[in-house]
This record gives sequence, C-alpha cells and structure tokens, in this order.
Amino acid sequence: MKYMLLIYSSPATWDALTQAERDELERLHSELYYELVRSGEWVDGNALADPARSVGVRVRDGVRVTTDGPYVEVKEHLAGYDVVDCESLDRALEIAARIPDAAICGVEVRPIMDVGGMEM
Amino acid sequence: MDRPIGPAAGRTTSGGPVASGGPAGQPDAAAGPAASWDGLLRELAPRVLGVVLRRYRDFDRTEDAVQEALLAAALQWPAEGVPRNPHGWLVTVATRRLTDQWRSEAARRDREVNAAALDPATRSSAGTSSTSAPAADAALDGPHGPFTGSDGARAGSTTTAEAVDDTLTLLLLCCHEALSPASQVALTLRAVAGLTTAQIASAFLVPEATMTRRITRAKRSIAEAGARFGPPPDGDYGARMQAALHTLYLIFNEGYTATSGDELHRAELTREAIRLTRQVHRLLPADGEVAGLLALMLLTEARRPARTTADGELVPLAEQDRSRWDGAQLREGIDLITATLPRALIGPYQLQAAIAAVHAEAARAEDTDWPQIVALYQLLERRAPNPMVTLSHAVAVAEVRGPRAGLELIAVLDDDDRIAGHHRLTAVRAHLLELAGDTTAARAAYLLAAQQTTSRPEQRYLRGRAARLAE
Repeated sequence: MKYMLLIYSSPATWDALTQAERDELERLHSELYYELVRSGEWVDGNALADPARSVGVRVRDGVRVTTDGPYVEVKEHLAGYDVVDCESLDRALEIAARIPDAAICGVEVRPIMDVGGMEM
Repeated sequence: MDRPIGPAAGRTTSGGPVASGGPAGQPDAAAGPAASWDGLLRELAPRVLGVVLRRYRDFDRTEDAVQEALLAAALQWPAEGVPRNPHGWLVTVATRRLTDQWRSEAARRDREVNAAALDPATRSSAGTSSTSAPAADAALDGPHGPFTGSDGARAGSTTTAEAVDDTLTLLLLCCHEALSPASQVALTLRAVAGLTTAQIASAFLVPEATMTRRITRAKRSIAEAGARFGPPPDGDYGARMQAALHTLYLIFNEGYTATSGDELHRAELTREAIRLTRQVHRLLPADGEVAGLLALMLLTEARRPARTTADGELVPLAEQDRSRWDGAQLREGIDLITATLPRALIGPYQLQAAIAAVHAEAARAEDTDWPQIVALYQLLERRAPNPMVTLSHAVAVAEVRGPRAGLELIAVLDDDDRIAGHHRLTAVRAHLLELAGDTTAARAAYLLAAQQTTSRPEQRYLRGRAARLAE
C-alpha cells in the first residue's frame, strides 16, 4: 500500500531553530531516507522550495490566470513529501513519526489511490 | 481486501475425473522454440536456477546470475536463434557469470589483503566452465549438492517432474517465514516465475530501484535465516506450503484488480499465478487445496472480460454479461473442483472455488443457487472464519432470506477491528439497505464507502450507485 507523507513546516518554529539544530534535522531525515531505500519501502520524495516561489494557476473560460505566491496564506505550509510503499498504515505512521519535522510541526499521512479495483 | 471474488460455492455433482489428460493436466508447453520468448524463458528460469543452486548453494548470487543469463538470452536468441539446448545454454551462461564474479572478487581480495583467499568452491569450478562455449553443456558436470535427486549431466533434458520439483522447492524457499508477504511475492515472481525486476516493478507501480532493494533484501533474509535450496525441514513443510499458496493467491489478486489496458504488466500477474499454481498442482495432484486454488483462479479469471466496461468501470457480478465469461476456463475450473471435493480433505480454497463454481453454473444472475452458496459459506465460516467471509455470507443470506437478515449478520462486524471502517463493510451495508428499500440510508452508506476506499474504480462505482439513488 502506498502512502504520501506530507511534511508541514511553519516559519515561526523553523526560524526559532539554531543552524546546528537544522543540520541535525537534515541528518536525521537522510538517515531515515537511506533506511527506507534499503528496506525497499522508499518510492519517491522531495523537499519543496519556499512558498514564496509558488505560482498559482487558474483557468477560467479557457483563460490562464497566474498568481505569484502560495494558493492560500496559512501559518503552516507544505515543505516536502515522501512516498512510501509499505505493509500497513501502522508502518506508514511509524515512518511519519520518524520524519524530524513531525516533532517540530507535523506530518500528514494520506493513502495513495490505487488504479485497480475489485467488483463489489 | 483479500479475496478476488465472493468466495463461491462447492460442487457436489459428479464430473469427469481430472486426470492428467484433462485440460488441468496439460503440460505448460515447456521448451518449444515456437513459444514466445518470455514464455520460454520464464518456463526455464526455475529449472536453470535449480540446477545451478545444486552446485553452488549461494542463493543470492546464483539468482542474480540466472537473471543475467535470462537477459542475455532475451537479447541473443531472437537475433541468433534458440540454441539446440536452451536449458543447457542458460545453465552455462549463469555458471560463467558466477565464476567470473567469484574470480574478480577473489582478485580484489588478493589485491586488498595481499593474500590468496580463494574459496575452495570457486577454485574447483573456475577452471571448468567460464571458458566453455555457451552452447556446450560442459558446465553441467561438477560437484552436486546433497539434494541432487537427478544427475546433473541430464539437466539439459530434465524431466517434467524434476523441473516442476525444482519449481516447487524454489517456491517454498521464496515463501520462507523470514520474509514479509510482499517480499515473498516479489522474490517468487523473480526466482520462480522468471520475471525481470523491471517487469515486477512495473506491475507494482514502484521504481525499479525500489524493487531491486526489496528483492536483494529478501534474498539476504533467506540467507541470514540459514535456509538452503532443498526441501524445507519436516516440521516446516505444512506452514511453508500454506504460505506458498497464499503468495500465489496474492499474485493472482494483484493482477486481477488491474482494470485498464495500460496496466499490462499488472494484468499479466494473473496468468503467471495460474501458470505456477498449475505446475504445483501437477506435482501434487492429490493436494485438494492446491487444486482448489487453481480452480478458484480459473473460475475468477474467466470473468475478467465481463468485470469491467470498455472504459474501465467495474461491473458487479449480478450485472455482468455472462456470455462474455471465458467458457473454457469456467469448464476447466468446474471440472477440477468437482473432481477434487469428494476425494480431498476439504479446505478454504476448495470452498471458495466451489462457491465460484455455483456462480459459474448460473446462466443468469437470477438462476443462482443461493441456498447452496449459503451452505458453502457456513462451511467456510466454520473452517476459516474471517470478516470478509462473513460479509459475503451476509450477501448470500440476503438473497435467500431477505436483506434484513443480511443486515443482522453484518451488525457484529462494526465491533470487529479487522474490518470496522473498511469500505467493503460499508459497501455491503449500502447494498443491503438498497435492497431493503431504505434509499436514504443506502445512499449515505455508498457515499461513506466511496470515501473509505483507496481504489479509484471502486470509488467511481460507489459514487455512481449513490447518484443513481438520488435520482
């Protein structure tokens, strides 16, 4: 079963960290990454650029309208994601809890929809 | 979700014996050059691996070497023609890869440690094979492991029984209890079915690197557990066999859920599962559960053409165009389960096949012999109680005694952690509420189930049902 682990961050908590603390978070996250690669559970994952780099796109009546900046202004923004393929939701939650940002802001675990299905 | 179909029902009518002459006993056309490349190579894969493993024992590296030989054959044979002895060719190439690898590792060790640390196995084999021509069978001579029931020199022309025997031995090794079910599935597809890592990755929609890691790790786990190529320890056989059947069942199921044309590799998994199960059945014809699983797969696969519309929408069993079911597969499945039930120790796969056979025998949905299906579910609940069985049982009971009786049966499942909140439970409740005429509650339940499922086709289907009730 595949899950997307959405990693949230808030400038308020992130800015309060020292550089050494941030380095430690990076280190823990890459440690987790290597562990997931080795176990064959890692599928994909990336860090996202600052929300200031976001461009919103809307198409209305066939016309494309773009807006600089995040889609909605919120205190917490999506800072990155990991996609894992693991045995159970419990295991996905265990992995999510090991993402260092879970201890600072939060991580959301969402199942990824399957393209196959069973008739009812 | 753990079953492709509502477990279907048993057959007690008498039918032709499933002897080796029947369709179920047909050999899988072992090594004809006319067979498709993939088919031929997959058929040969476990037999080649078996022969090389008898000599070298190192499952991890030998399996890699055989994969490389298969890839080499896939490149070379179409251009140069199939060698007269394809099996011997593959054994030779795989052996050469192994010895080359050992040599280069030994050379590196020599350089690094500055000491000749050649492993005795490497030394004894290095001279013989790595220089021989691929077409020759020279690599087949040599030391054999303790499990050599056959003479290695005959390996190029192994009998069907020996070939299947190796296939079963490998299957049981790949289903070692040290592995998770997902790892058992991946390793079985590579080592026993002869699929490439890329094909397996594509079937499971993960990057190839991820699947490579999973397979490598699985092989390590087997090595760490001390397991070897050979019959499992006496006390383990039953459990290992059960795990093997479950693995085949999971492979089948994974393929069966594929709905759209662009998922070719995934859909192919059902064929592979049937092919492997057929081989196991040929080796163990008296094992009722193996026969039951094969029959269940055939009876389920037969419905594939009718289970989705052209645009990938799911069609429920009751609404399927039965003229599109595959008649040959249905007949084979019905004959097999009919012949098996009276003589074998009954088990869950046989009961599910029997239920599928009852469905298969109804020309129209309304002709279904529901009382017999209810009886079979009662047996199944006694033998292998699980909430999915209770759900299907409730649907059958609703057909016989009315939807309220079905709803009463599933009421207990709300307190069962294994299924509470599962979309299947909600969907069955929605279906029964609809039959009972409680449109409002049914609609709400369909919408809830649509939220709970993680399958897009199921979600579309459930939303469609809800929309129909709103009209």
